[in-house]
Amino acid sequence: MSDTAADPRLLRAPPKRGLRLSWADERFRAIIWQVLIVGVVAGVIWWLVGNTRHNLEVRRIATGFGFLTREAGLPIAESLVPYTPASTYARALLVGVLNTLKVAVIGVVLATVLGTLIGIARLSKNWLLSRIAATYIEVIRDLPLLLQLLFWYTLMQTLPGPRQAMHPVEGVFLSNRGLRLPWIQWEDAHSFALLGMVVGIIAAVVYGRSARAKQMQDGQPRKIWPAAVGLIVGLPLVIWAAWGAPFQGDIPALRGFNFQGGMSISPEYFALLAGLVTYTAGFIAEIVRAGIQAVPGGQWEASEALGLQRGRIMRLVVLPQALRVIIPPMTSQYLNLTKNSSLAVAIGYQDIVSIANTTLNQTGQAIEGIAIIMGVYLTISLSISLFMNWYNSRIALVER
Amino acid sequence: MKPTRLATLRATTIRALGAVALVTAAAMPALAQQAAPASGADTLGAIRARGALICGVNTGLAGFAQPNSQGAWQGFDVDYCRAVAVAIFNDPTKVRYVPLTAQNRFTALQSGEVDMAARNTTVTLSRDTSLGFDFPAINFYDGQGFMVKASLGVKSAKELNGATICVQPGTTTEQNLTDWARANSIQFTPVVIERVEEVVGAYAAGRCDAYTTDVSGLAATRSAQPNPADHVILPEVISKEPLGPFVRQGDPRFADIVRWTHNALLTAEELNITTANVDQAVAGDARPEAQRLLGKNGGLGQMLGLDNAWAANIVKKIGNYGEIFERNLAPIGIQRGPNAQWTNGGLQFSPPFR
Repeated sequence: MSDTAADPRLLRAPPKRGLRLSWADERFRAIIWQVLIVGVVAGVIWWLVGNTRHNLEVRRIATGFGFLTREAGLPIAESLVPYTPASTYARALLVGVLNTLKVAVIGVVLATVLGTLIGIARLSKNWLLSRIAATYIEVIRDLPLLLQLLFWYTLMQTLPGPRQAMHPVEGVFLSNRGLRLPWIQWEDAHSFALLGMVVGIIAAVVYGRSARAKQMQDGQPRKIWPAAVGLIVGLPLVIWAAWGAPFQGDIPALRGFNFQGGMSISPEYFALLAGLVTYTAGFIAEIVRAGIQAVPGGQWEASEALGLQRGRIMRLVVLPQALRVIIPPMTSQYLNLTKNSSLAVAIGYQDIVSIANTTLNQTGQAIEGIAIIMGVYLTISLSISLFMNWYNSRIALVER
Repeated sequence: MKPTRLATLRATTIRALGAVALVTAAAMPALAQQAAPASGADTLGAIRARGALICGVNTGLAGFAQPNSQGAWQGFDVDYCRAVAVAIFNDPTKVRYVPLTAQNRFTALQSGEVDMAARNTTVTLSRDTSLGFDFPAINFYDGQGFMVKASLGVKSAKELNGATICVQPGTTTEQNLTDWARANSIQFTPVVIERVEEVVGAYAAGRCDAYTTDVSGLAATRSAQPNPADHVILPEVISKEPLGPFVRQGDPRFADIVRWTHNALLTAEELNITTANVDQAVAGDARPEAQRLLGKNGGLGQMLGLDNAWAANIVKKIGNYGEIFERNLAPIGIQRGPNAQWTNGGLQFSPPFR
């Protein structure tokens, strides 16, 4: 038969034969095995669920998600949405999710910037700069993250108390209660101005694209920046002025035990952010270095031969090729940073793990609590993955 | 058909998978049977078979549970673990200690990682019901208070408006704090850290203006500070905190042993039977209740599934309630107060041994 398999006609139309209920029939065997394996998997899941339910019942442990609507009574130090201890557990968990996102999103951006700078510094022809970058990468990558977080937190605690706070500039206070900065008293006008800026950015991107499309047609470069500045800066300013241009400074001041007013960055948040950013930047630096080195030297030489400037070579030739190497491992680092933020629990930053842990402790419903934590991380991680995969396919080499 | 190498590989893989599946299927009933005793029906039998009691204690709280310089666990709660071990084995060393944080203590007991927990835990209705526990005894009547640095000049908890307060998560303390703050319209910033050492460290470093927990815990923390006089425990007590050992619900026999171990400690103190005089009491104490307690009469130990001399052994090896209190809690400055015997106007009251 192996001789006739080469015949294309036979390949197109294999002989039809019925399924024989015999062990000698390959298809029959395959079906049996598959049914068996699916059955075993289903059986294991069924047993796990049944066993858990049975044991919960025997131990009289409450089940279900009814607790979410009950009053939480938890104190939460920092929150992006209004929260009081009289709010529900669902609200408390939402605060936790937002706190996790607050550290993950800002952490990813800062780690990318810092990591890229260090990665480029590592390739510098300046001996001192490249040695410093190499030392940073080796030291940071070799120390456990938890240790680094505790180090940052201890460092924050050695700052002076609020009454002896460091006071470098008017309105700025650094103490072991965190950093207090002047801020403006937020009013509707500011919200609308912010909205205007978002609209302006979108409009600027659309305008830039159409300008580029026109350049493709007639070869005439067009200036984009005047319109972009007008849209991104001018539009919010006009909106702000239209609403009466309110501007009332909110300057922090020491009243009673603590500073009141202004904007504050807590020591817990700062320690977590600093630890995650410096740690992840060490890995990102190596990824960036590897990505740049993966572009053959001939590309540089060819670009130079065409008369391109160094900056344009980097931006137009090297970086697009390096990004193809950089993006996939970078996705892992972003996922790592997000998941590592759960170490917040050790230094008292109230992220989703901290709040869900307390919730499951107060309600005793460990399975539901852990399920919520897993669901949250899965959602965040899958979102990062999807976005990065989309970006990766966008920049991937299009073969023609 | 001549099988190609790939086809052979595939067939082998399928066969291997099939074998795994079959073995798993065969093992499933066995697994299911193994899981059944874990539902907590016979804790005493499991402890006897293992040869040791697994007891959950605090990760480190002076006076209640803390390893000494030799690494041996000591403290008021630790003595309760040892007393239960003596009741079962007549040997206070047959205990394995598992340090539990405020957050993982409940799951550790629910999952069967420990047999019982003696970890200064407040008895509440929801813990007794929806968490699936029994609290057989209340071994320490406590209440929640605040500690501040003396240099702050605060004299009352009412002055704490605007303060930053350190608290452990997953405790009744945390919820009492928010209840109290709402009732008294006090604004505060919480700093919530899980491990007691770290939350105390944050308070000591000045991250918080005040630290709140049970008054006994504050006294223990204060005594462990380099200079205790620098810290003041404020007079207000904002809650009732009856602390006690707890066990899984659904095994009344083991709960009885823990309950009556506590009662034996109390009754021994009430009858003035101590480590020093217990041998004489066994030999010649004519009081009927003493005879029943010490197992000379009545066969009470057997009713619990233990040796009749169980209570005599406990007093001989561990002491009575008063001795345990004096040994562990008096040195850190905790008075008997509400934990005195009912005969002295306190709340500790044992039902009769009869």
